[in-house]
Amino acid sequence: MSPQPLAFVNARLVDPESGYDGPGALIVAEGVIADVSHEAALAGLSPDVRVIEAAGALLCPGLIDLRVKTGEPGSEPKETLKSAARAAAAGGVTSIVVQPDTNPVIDDPAVVDFILRRARDIELVHVYPAGAATKGCQGAGMAEIGLMAEAGCVYVTDADHPIVDSRVMRRLLAYAGALGILVAHRPADPWLSAGASATEGEFAGRLGLSAEPVAAETIMLERDIALVELTGSRMMVDQISAAAPLERLARAKDARLPLLATASINHLSFNEIDIGDYRTFCKLVPPLRAETDRSALIDALASGLVDIVVSAHAPAPAEDKRLPFDEAAPGAIGLETFLSALLTLYHEGRMPLARLIHAATLAPAKAIGLAAGRIAVGAPADLLLADIDAPRLIDAETLISKSKNSAFDGRRLQGVVRMTLVDGRVVYEA
Amino acid sequence: MITIAPGIDEIRARAAPFPKRHFLSVTDLDPVQVASLLDLADDFVALNRQKSKKIDLLKGRTLINLFFEASTRTQSSFELAGKRLGADVINMSPRASSIVKGETLIDTAVTLNAMQPDILIIRHGSSGAASLLSQKVDCSVVNAGDGQHEHPSQALLDALSMRRAFGRVGGLIVAICGDVAHSRVARSNVALLTMLGAQVRVVGPPTLMPADVHRWGVEVHHDLKSGIEGAQVVMMLRLQLERMQGALVPSMREYFRLWGLDREKLARAAPGAKVMHPGPMNRGVEIDSDVADDLSISLIQDQVEMGVAVRMAVLASLAARLDNR
Repeated sequence: MSPQPLAFVNARLVDPESGYDGPGALIVAEGVIADVSHEAALAGLSPDVRVIEAAGALLCPGLIDLRVKTGEPGSEPKETLKSAARAAAAGGVTSIVVQPDTNPVIDDPAVVDFILRRARDIELVHVYPAGAATKGCQGAGMAEIGLMAEAGCVYVTDADHPIVDSRVMRRLLAYAGALGILVAHRPADPWLSAGASATEGEFAGRLGLSAEPVAAETIMLERDIALVELTGSRMMVDQISAAAPLERLARAKDARLPLLATASINHLSFNEIDIGDYRTFCKLVPPLRAETDRSALIDALASGLVDIVVSAHAPAPAEDKRLPFDEAAPGAIGLETFLSALLTLYHEGRMPLARLIHAATLAPAKAIGLAAGRIAVGAPADLLLADIDAPRLIDAETLISKSKNSAFDGRRLQGVVRMTLVDGRVVYEA
Repeated sequence: MITIAPGIDEIRARAAPFPKRHFLSVTDLDPVQVASLLDLADDFVALNRQKSKKIDLLKGRTLINLFFEASTRTQSSFELAGKRLGADVINMSPRASSIVKGETLIDTAVTLNAMQPDILIIRHGSSGAASLLSQKVDCSVVNAGDGQHEHPSQALLDALSMRRAFGRVGGLIVAICGDVAHSRVARSNVALLTMLGAQVRVVGPPTLMPADVHRWGVEVHHDLKSGIEGAQVVMMLRLQLERMQGALVPSMREYFRLWGLDREKLARAAPGAKVMHPGPMNRGVEIDSDVADDLSISLIQDQVEMGVAVRMAVLASLAARLDNR
């Protein structure tokens, strides 16, 4: 049974594919976009269509988040696939890619299948697993990435664990490249970053925190770039975070190496000073950088040097966060604040709205081969409708995620999701 | 030296209420408040040299010494300070008991809070632990050392020792030498001494210097001889062997040769220079016994004595704030 057809009128339509940002109307039927108009109104609607008066609200593809952690399987009190999916729907996120460093690790086609079956049962947003690149995310032997890709994993990564052994990384890139599987890797030199919970500098020094230099990221990125050059395989740089590695990335992209890069919304929104009086919700991997790095990251996103924005949603319960900074678990939740935080970059005039939306919809869709992320007749009706100017005070306690570790807690943002559609179904309505 | 201790009422009158509920960092104080605390501590030094050392400024108050890290010196100093002020003092070392049962710092804090203490003195191996604890309890919290962050009462006692030796702190050239990177004593001292107008240098190999230390308002020297040239105070830091996670210096003997303080190197300092050390010392590693034990140049024993007096001043001042509430 397909849901009731919907018609959105008087919307501010943003199409990341064409870059169109202007008045529009759109019809959803049979789970796909049935008609698109760049006029505000639609003529000749049949009476069984539910008409939604957007009143100038943003209508665009639902966000596609390539980096989400849940606690399922293994740590369900943190977050389940269902609670993450509900949080995503409320945040206008229509597809999430869950990270493999669960317990058990998603390094086996059976676990891929488990995630996909759970997602089907939950029936909210699309949930895709990322498979582990190496067995147990241990960085030694390759995981069964071919079988996992057949089972439905959309890329491979060892999540927060850097693949230290260059020979393993080289073989992984070569092997995955031949099978057309995307490899994602967070560049971090394991020795320089060992035990670090902040970025080395005056601020971390004064707080007495263990810290890593930005060079930890730069060094590993340089290695990865050399291996991409060697193998010719595609690689996605996971959460690039500072000016120095961005320079290296720019050079590699200028040399036409097949690299993609993501940035987390946290690193686009916060800098090291936000740690303040040891706020553990701002303890992240990679650690928050200097303001000059944040600014460079925003510029890189605007220019397209950074392709994709992720929420880096990482739930951690209070007992893992209410600890001294060096002992606390890293990570912050981000699904429900993702859109509002992105919009800050638009409201501050850092980049056009269509560019921002592109980096959180079409760009990730293309990276993993999804048909979503477009406003086109026949495209999946994964959409969000949001009042982008509406003010919003973030209160972590009212968020849906089971863990409340939001770095945005107490912040005033703009942008409230009114409705989220997945395959034409309304999965969230304010 | 014979001094007449001021009377109890006089001391009571001088114990100005502490500016904040907690004492977590030297930056909780301004230079006037520091001077007033040091004046009060001078009174307690005189009192402590008398036969009867008790004064009932904290009568009825409960003090808990919560030491997650072992410390004989600081813990007994706070204990004595509390007892001389008439408080009930208990010592807890949760290392041995609850932590192994999985109890967190916050659990411990909440449990202790329910016992209605007035002042909690905490030492913990993690930076920010005292601040975290202070957010979860109703009483006053005194930071007795949190990881590599701060040890504010140590900086106060060092300032008092310098003030008594030189009559002032402002304008002194103070060289802080050794493992600055891992030292909370160094951080608190740099903050306090620069606030009081001293000219501070940090001296040590680059591997033992915090990142961007040149932005702390200090001179950075990597050579001990140039670092202590003309200094009035040479403060040696403990080489924290237990904190060395990697090879930050090649060997102990090389360290002593290049960075250890002996009489020959000390000759570079200003005439009448004084040597300090927060203790416990690694003799023959960062400091030669010959220097450490020479009472004509070493303030190390004074520092211990000043420690009790300064902590009495801090506790009395915090209690005055509690009394006003």
